Amino acid sequence: MLASNKWQGALYSLVLVIIIWQVLSCLLKIPIIPSPATVFINIVDIFSSKVQIHLLYSLGRILGGIALSIFIGVPLGFLMGYFDKVDKLLSPLVYFTYPVPKIALLPIIMLLFGLGEASKLIMIVLIVIFQIIITSRDAVKGIPPEIFRSLQSLGANRLQVFKEVIIPASMADVLTATRLALGTAVSILFFTETFGTQYGMGYFIMDAWMRVNYLDMYAGIVILSLMGFLLFTIIDLQERRISSWR
Amino acid sequence: MIEIKDLVVKYRHKEQETVALDRINLRIAAGDIYTFIGPSGCGKSTLLYVLSGILKEYTGKVTIDGHGIDPKTQRIGLILQNYGLLPWQNVYHNITLGIRIKNGQQVLDDYGQYILEQLGIESLLHRYPKELSGGQQQRVAIARAFILQPDLLLMDEPFSALDAINREELQDLFLRIWRENNVTTAFITHSVDEALYLGSKIVVFSAAPGRILEVVDNPCFRLDNLRFRDEYYDMCMQLRKILDKG
Repeated sequence: MLASNKWQGALYSLVLVIIIWQVLSCLLKIPIIPSPATVFINIVDIFSSKVQIHLLYSLGRILGGIALSIFIGVPLGFLMGYFDKVDKLLSPLVYFTYPVPKIALLPIIMLLFGLGEASKLIMIVLIVIFQIIITSRDAVKGIPPEIFRSLQSLGANRLQVFKEVIIPASMADVLTATRLALGTAVSILFFTETFGTQYGMGYFIMDAWMRVNYLDMYAGIVILSLMGFLLFTIIDLQERRISSWR
Repeated sequence: MIEIKDLVVKYRHKEQETVALDRINLRIAAGDIYTFIGPSGCGKSTLLYVLSGILKEYTGKVTIDGHGIDPKTQRIGLILQNYGLLPWQNVYHNITLGIRIKNGQQVLDDYGQYILEQLGIESLLHRYPKELSGGQQQRVAIARAFILQPDLLLMDEPFSALDAINREELQDLFLRIWRENNVTTAFITHSVDEALYLGSKIVVFSAAPGRILEVVDNPCFRLDNLRFRDEYYDMCMQLRKILDKG
């Protein structure tokens, strides 16, 4: 019931956006707002010849960034949630750096790690990881003590406690955090791709803009948005699958 | 056999020290079932946490069959008032938690299957705890404890969250399975009726700090149709008198 409502909502907003877009383009009749139909036809025309490679680059960077963030952030959050000493040591650091707008660090990252892939990946990780660290820490802290008691009385070792309790109890929350951070991550991706690369949706859009090719530019924007939506949906579905016990 | 000698447990909260258990001396013979009764806050649960190896800060000596308490080597079944089930695992995985941790055994054996049938939960294996009633959840917790084939069974007011009909049904069911297995059992309750119904001996606690007022032999244990007999009412009166004096 809830799932079908969500899909209906997504479809409804898509149709609404296209209608507004169509109306604006009919009213204004200027080349910087082409009609949706021409943009969609253009996407079909240029996708495999021009856009595909850029999409793959962007997708690779964002998936790599998310994977790396989960890989580093989840264990760190677990340790902070499970061991009070680790939490006391790291929490101030996380809280202090959390509100710093990471995009402002881009120049430093690029100076340190060059203009290549590394700094793009690091920027995405910087955006996503804090949310993941804090969420996984809080998820562990929120596990009721009786559950640990049951395992203690069974003589479970730490590894078993992590496997049976900590990981399953917090995975759904970690995915929620990832999903919420995804929007910012895509914006950052776009921004970093306008520097020091000739591949990626960011580059493609800015390049089309410079060449005054508005049809290609719109095609790029639509595809980047769809990519974001698709990732969002995939995480959302996984989230629901994992948290079926709730 | 469980031997408790001069057990003292103190809780430290800020500067204040509270005595939870004061010089407890008790022997529970192997294969016997003792019920513990006393006013709330008298330290009954504390005693259970000591026996299950969860609470390690105490003075005095506590041994199971001559060995100090160690959940890693001993098999301890713990059943709590709020069931202690893992909400993210279905009934099957919850039931096999004990044997997974103790024996590395993933699959239920014939004995496990028999226990499931006895408890009437063999059709619930794929459900999650939130999809079960309180009575069903407690059946799952009892199944988990018995399937472990424990040396010692510890129960902390396991039936007190259930309604009267469910409670009496589960008490009977528990007794039936217990008689087939004769596990050494410590059963904590706040109900005089339950203490008489399930305990071969009844340990009466004083109000805080917890001391043993008396260990009463229960002639009613193993009598049929207990609740309809005069002995039962005599024992009720006797227990209440001891509790009132304390």
